[in-house]
Parts: sequence; C-alpha cells; structure tokens
Amino acid sequence: MNSLGCVRGDRRLFSGLNFSVSAGTLLQVTGPNGCGKTSLLRMICALLEPAEGTIKWQGENIRTLGEEYFTSLTFLGHRNGVKEELSAIENLRVASGLNGIDLRPKAAVKILRDMGLEGREQLPARLLSEGQRRRLALARLAVCNTTLWVLDEVLTSLDKAAVALVKSLIEKHLDNGGLAIVATHQELELNSGSFLRIELAS
Amino acid sequence: MFRWIIRRDLILAWRRRADVLSTLFFFVIVVSLFPLSISPDPRLLKSIAPGVVWVAALLASMLSLGRLFSNDYVDGTLEQILLTPQPLYLIVLGKVLAQWLVAEVPLVLMAPILGVQFGLSQNTLVVLTISLLLGTPVLSLIGSIGAALTLGLRGSGVLVALLVLPLYIPVLIFGALAVDASIAGSNPQAHLSLLGAVLALSLVFAPWATCAALRISVE
Repeated sequence: MNSLGCVRGDRRLFSGLNFSVSAGTLLQVTGPNGCGKTSLLRMICALLEPAEGTIKWQGENIRTLGEEYFTSLTFLGHRNGVKEELSAIENLRVASGLNGIDLRPKAAVKILRDMGLEGREQLPARLLSEGQRRRLALARLAVCNTTLWVLDEVLTSLDKAAVALVKSLIEKHLDNGGLAIVATHQELELNSGSFLRIELAS
Repeated sequence: MFRWIIRRDLILAWRRRADVLSTLFFFVIVVSLFPLSISPDPRLLKSIAPGVVWVAALLASMLSLGRLFSNDYVDGTLEQILLTPQPLYLIVLGKVLAQWLVAEVPLVLMAPILGVQFGLSQNTLVVLTISLLLGTPVLSLIGSIGAALTLGLRGSGVLVALLVLPLYIPVLIFGALAVDASIAGSNPQAHLSLLGAVLALSLVFAPWATCAALRISVE
C-alpha cells in the first residue's frame, strides 16, 4: 500500500499511510471510534476508492485486478451479510455458492456444528440471536479458500468461546500462509504468524 | 454462480409471497377501476384497454423495484455480492431476471384475463400478451438502474418513480400501439419488432449502468 489517504465528506481521516503485509501476517487496525478503521478496510476491499494513493495486491493495483482480486479476498463487515428469511444452512450454502464453492449440505451442517450452531441449521436466521448470526457469518471463513481475510469488528457480540473459535480460525489461516487484516479494539493474542499493528489517530 | 443468485432470489421471493401478491393485486385492481369509473360502453372500453393495461403494468412494476437491491443493501449481502469473484454484470442480470420472473411474469399471465373485461378479441389478447412479454423485461432492466442509483436514500421509492417512469415511455408507446393496431385490424408486427429492439438494447446496456450505479451507491 502506498501513501494512502482517506477523505470522507470534508474531513480528512488519515493521509500518508504506508504499509505492506506479507504472507502469514496478522495486521490489527486499532484506533478510537470514527478514526477511519472501517474506511481503511473498505478501501482494501475495493468497496471505497482511496482519495489518494493506491492499494496493490501482489504488485498490481486492486482497481485494475477486479474480479481476479476477489478470488483471494474474504470480507466480513459490520453488517453480517446474513439473509433473515433464509435458514442458517441456506445462508452458508448460498454465500459459498456465490463465491464459486459448491458446499454439500452435509459439509455445511458440519461447519455449522463447529461454529456452535448445532440444532439451529434449519432455523430462519431472523430467529437467531445477534451473536449466533455473527457466528453464522463467521462460518464463511471456514469454507472459503482465500488468502486475504479482511475482518471488521467481527468480535463484537461474540461470547468467549466464539472469540476463541475465531482466533483459532485465524491462526490456522496464518499457518497456511494466509494473511488477515482485522479491525478490533480487543487484544488479539495469537500463537502463530507474525503480528503488525496500525494505530490510527483521531 | 448465475444459478445461485437466481435460486437465492427466488427462494427469498417465495418466503415473502405477500410482496409478490400485493404487486399482482395492485395491477388487477388498477385495471379493473377503469371500466367501473369511466363507462361500460364496449366501444370506449376497447379503445382505452391498451393504454390502461400498459399504464397499470408500469405502475405495478414500480412497486417491486424498491426491493430489488435495498434489502440486500441493508443486511450487508450486497457488499458480499459485490466482492464475489463473478462479473458483476452477470450477477445484476441474474437478479433482474429473478425480479422479472417473480414480479412481472404474473402480470403478463394475468393480463389476458383482464383484457376480457374490456371485450378484447382473442387475437388482440395474444398481441397484448406478447407485447407485455417483450416490454416487461425492459421495465425490470431500466428499473434496476433507478433502484441502484437511489440505494440507501431516504424516500427512494418516489425518487425511483421520478427517475424511471420517463424512461419507460418508449416501451409504453410501442406496447400500447401494438395492441391498438391489433384492435384496428392492422398488423402489429412493426411495433412488436421495435419493442424487441428496445429489449435487446436494454439487455446490453442497462446491467452495465446498474453495475456502475451499484458501485457508487455502496461507497
């Protein structure tokens, strides 16, 4: 990434931000509310165009890479991306299907069990609690085979067991040579991979 | 992937059947109000039938447009869809196709039955159905641009109508003229061909514009 700048409305949130992340690294983005964490993450996902600077993935600008870049990216944002009318299992299968992975119902059930949603597979997502919906959204991490994970405040409304689960998922991901960019206020202590931290000032 | 998006939207529509049915009932009621309010004179009814059915179809299609992207936008699935490794063009095309199947095809099927109320002949009913079959996909396609542009805005329903209804006018004119021609006993083929041409054009260009609008809206 090169001298990244972010302007929202007439406010300059940050500028001259330079960093690079290599395989097996966890990058934690912290900072007070409203400092631009989400904006930075959305820029990395190409959902938001940087006001200045470029973001490169394997040496190429993500703006020109397009869909090719998205094959190696998984993004989880504030909003869970869970359809209330669909059941847990349908949500997971549809999300995987759209990302080009044909997930069998049996495999989906197993992943949902691992995420602590046993017995809730057929329930419409609107009947799940906030934390359970978050778990359902996180189940996508167990399915995808992407290299770059961008996780925005994913630990909110999760209980201790689920936080441990997410940490172990990230650890496994880093061990496999993946990289993760996580915005969170909580301390992330992982046993594997290298660790970087960016603190954005308000 | 194309089939996943269509399947998803069809399941979602099925789980929210009330939305689909309300569009259909709106269409039926609007069309039925005219014979009740104007006059039961068969000659007059016949002459206003094409315009009435087509205007009602236009208005009814506006009702379902608001839902095309806004639900996905609110719960965050739209972001996820934008980040899938598929060409966005195909995804938009899939969503529009699903919307057409759910919201417009029932109108097309209902139109001949409503046409009977206006005393249209069998031949004319066929032309009416064909014109709607060619014209309603255009409504969905053009409407998707408006829906994408107004995403996340307050009071977007009215704004979509203001943006999109003027663009519907060519479809309205050719569609109603085709039925008119059939009532007058002349050949409606020219008007139907023009409708087909509009469909072909919007099939190529509308999803492209919708993609651009979506990218702007999520920013």
